[in-house]
Amino acid sequence: MYSPAIVAEAMVNGLMTGAAYALVALGLTLVYGVLHIVNFAHGALLTCAMFAVLGMEQGLGIGPYAAILPLGVLFFLLGYALQRYVIGPSSHGEDRNTLLVTLGISIVLENALLAAFRSDTRTLGGDMGFDVVELGPMLLSRPRLVGCAVALVVAALLWLLLARSDTGRAIRAVAKERFGAQVVGIDPRHIFAVTFGIGCACLAVAACLLLPTFYVNPRVGNAFVLVAFTIVVLGGMGSVVGALVGGLVIGVVESLGGLLLGESLGQLGIFLIFILVLLLRPTGLFGARA
Amino acid sequence: MKPRDLLPLLLLLGALALTPLFASNLLLNFLVSALIIALGAQGWNLLGGYGGQLSFGHAALFGTGAYATAILQVKFGLNAWLAFACGIALAALAGWIIGYLSFRARLRGSYFALVTLAFAEVLRILANAADFTGGAAGLLIKLQPGLANFQFASRAGYLWAVLACILVVGLMTLWIDRGRFGAQLVAVRENEDAARALGVDVLATKLRAITLSGAITGAAGCLYAQNFLYLDASIAYGTWISVELLIAAIVGGLGTVLGPVIGALALHGLGEVTKGLLGWLTGIDLVLFGIILIAAVAFVPSGLVGALRRLRMRGAAR
Amino acid sequence: MSLLILEALSKRFGGLLAVDNASLVVREGSITGLIGPNGAGKTTLFALASGFLEPSSGHVIFSGEDVTAEEPHLRARRGIARTFQIVQPFQGLTVRENIAVGAYLRHAGRDAALAMAESVAREVGLAPLLDTPAAALTVAGRKRLELARALATQPRLLLLDEVLAGLNPSEVRDILPVLRGIRARGVTILMIEHVMQAVMNLCDHVHVLAQGRMIAEGPPRAVCNDPVVIEAYLGHGAAARIRAEGGAHA
Repeated sequence: MYSPAIVAEAMVNGLMTGAAYALVALGLTLVYGVLHIVNFAHGALLTCAMFAVLGMEQGLGIGPYAAILPLGVLFFLLGYALQRYVIGPSSHGEDRNTLLVTLGISIVLENALLAAFRSDTRTLGGDMGFDVVELGPMLLSRPRLVGCAVALVVAALLWLLLARSDTGRAIRAVAKERFGAQVVGIDPRHIFAVTFGIGCACLAVAACLLLPTFYVNPRVGNAFVLVAFTIVVLGGMGSVVGALVGGLVIGVVESLGGLLLGESLGQLGIFLIFILVLLLRPTGLFGARA
Repeated sequence: MKPRDLLPLLLLLGALALTPLFASNLLLNFLVSALIIALGAQGWNLLGGYGGQLSFGHAALFGTGAYATAILQVKFGLNAWLAFACGIALAALAGWIIGYLSFRARLRGSYFALVTLAFAEVLRILANAADFTGGAAGLLIKLQPGLANFQFASRAGYLWAVLACILVVGLMTLWIDRGRFGAQLVAVRENEDAARALGVDVLATKLRAITLSGAITGAAGCLYAQNFLYLDASIAYGTWISVELLIAAIVGGLGTVLGPVIGALALHGLGEVTKGLLGWLTGIDLVLFGIILIAAVAFVPSGLVGALRRLRMRGAAR
Repeated sequence: MSLLILEALSKRFGGLLAVDNASLVVREGSITGLIGPNGAGKTTLFALASGFLEPSSGHVIFSGEDVTAEEPHLRARRGIARTFQIVQPFQGLTVRENIAVGAYLRHAGRDAALAMAESVAREVGLAPLLDTPAAALTVAGRKRLELARALATQPRLLLLDEVLAGLNPSEVRDILPVLRGIRARGVTILMIEHVMQAVMNLCDHVHVLAQGRMIAEGPPRAVCNDPVVIEAYLGHGAAARIRAEGGAHA
């Protein structure tokens, strides 16, 4: 069987991957919690962000960590515009349509990237990805540790933003009672777009943290989108804490599943969890009962 | 059903059936591919258009039909026609199982879309890993042209086979459209509680729809296998199949008899033209599909059929 | 002969006891009223009677059979039809198609169902609007549509949840004879209503629900003068005040 050290390492690795997953899921769950829509373009937007990180490094010589702030802002604006001027107006206020429109966006983005960059898989240059830290008997990748730490910080900031700031209060107001919020002078369209923007900014940060140890190709987002959905469903649609815990759980499951069953079947485990959670407890582990 | 209701369907399919008289093999190949998607989209439309249950994972049904026909022939030496029938039955069964699990759990809207997608992905991974599906290498059906083997020497044979299926499904859809089941299915789409209060068994209605939908989309999968004689998991259970069926049905007109056929033809035609013009940009046709989907939802929610109907009414009013 | 018996029904939502040991009997052929202040649990009681909610305890007996655990569509087949307080039209369909969904319950064929839909539409005064999309109807039109759809299922018992709310006085006046006509055809009616003029006019018997409990029942006039009922609506001491004022006027 496997030695405890290998299993422990797999678990810690899983936790670190899970932190990045959590960040991706955070954006998704926020959008769901406020707009009550499933953003199907989330994975494709992540792919875009990862290409942007690559472009920043190769075109401008800005490293992934330095890119967090500019890309975060850029993707916030992109997300804002997308929701305000594309998704919102074309959905006519029907959830069904939103689902289809975001599916359409994901198809456009994914294939536009394919047309522009071909299906080659790329990575950041340099040997950043091989940097390791020794922790007892385990060798841990430094960029993933950094990623894990930043992800937790971002999650905390997001929580603060929602809990303490005026924007956060407006977001929560719109999420709870849209018309009531409108009555007190909040423009829900603006808040929806802000929320969507924040969701996309989360993706940009996640992309910056992922790329040192991960690759990118036009379809890489697909691998994340169902994982992110699984996390969100597991954690309860709309729950920030749920996304965080769900992300960590899924990271560990995937890592252990991959160790025990091989990579493709490890993925199978994720889908099965997804289906089972949906069938048995669609409100998730942390979601409120409908 | 009045004869007048049948006319558009018969005219369209009749015209398509005559194309082998003048069309090149290239065009016939295009038509067969597009019409297989049209048939699959007819299945999607029954559940998604009439029933309002948006599936993002119809590949689960398409692939089950395709794999069942292929495996039964290749591994068990079953006659192709019998394999075709079994493929349809198994795809219907797959539809029923997916429906039973998800509808019993009261999954609707986005949740239903996601769970169907996950079912399709599970099947894709399994088919890619298992031995009897040929694994990642895929599955080849032996080339043996002959009516008994459901293989045709000329493209025209396949074209007529697909058209025959589309005709049968079109007639069935028309019959449903004009009858009790259709009315109840649409009622479920519009408002489940109101439907239940009027004595509609919501679960049974949805299950019937997804089972029929499975049979139809499964038939498309079977025809795909017979036409190309090759399958692998990323084709048969691939996400793209699910997406293509959905876009064809939506672009053509949700909940209409002819919508899926017109939608699939228009979509594929446009895709070919784009590829011809901008072929060096891989995926540019799919970018267009995505834009069309968004535009259809935003501007023509009733699809091409709805738009045509409106034009004709405006013409008649003048 | 009693058509519907609600026997000691209770419904708990978490910590809230929405319906508390409520019982009620609807005689066959009657128009029975269910009144009570807002939030009394009337709509919840309807949901229990029609099967949209399952009671925490108690029984629902329809035509001598216990249907407590039966699903709404099966109760509809038995002959219980309900309308919704917040109207639930099939938005994308025409009036005719909306009513036909109800008619299909007893008619398998399209022609029979459509004929039934038309005749019901005539009965409730929707005949001129048969081809109008349901989404384009006025409030009054939608209320009529609710009624028509329920009627098209050819029920023995009609549960009407505030079909008169939101209508102006002349619309109310128009619809009262329609309801009387329905009863005259032998359909029993149980109605939740706030429009007291209509309750007085139509009902043979009235039950009063307040805070989930049945507090009074009887002929409409007697119930309206019942001090317990007045206090339930207007607050503690109101009955005495009114009596005193009434005395002063006399």
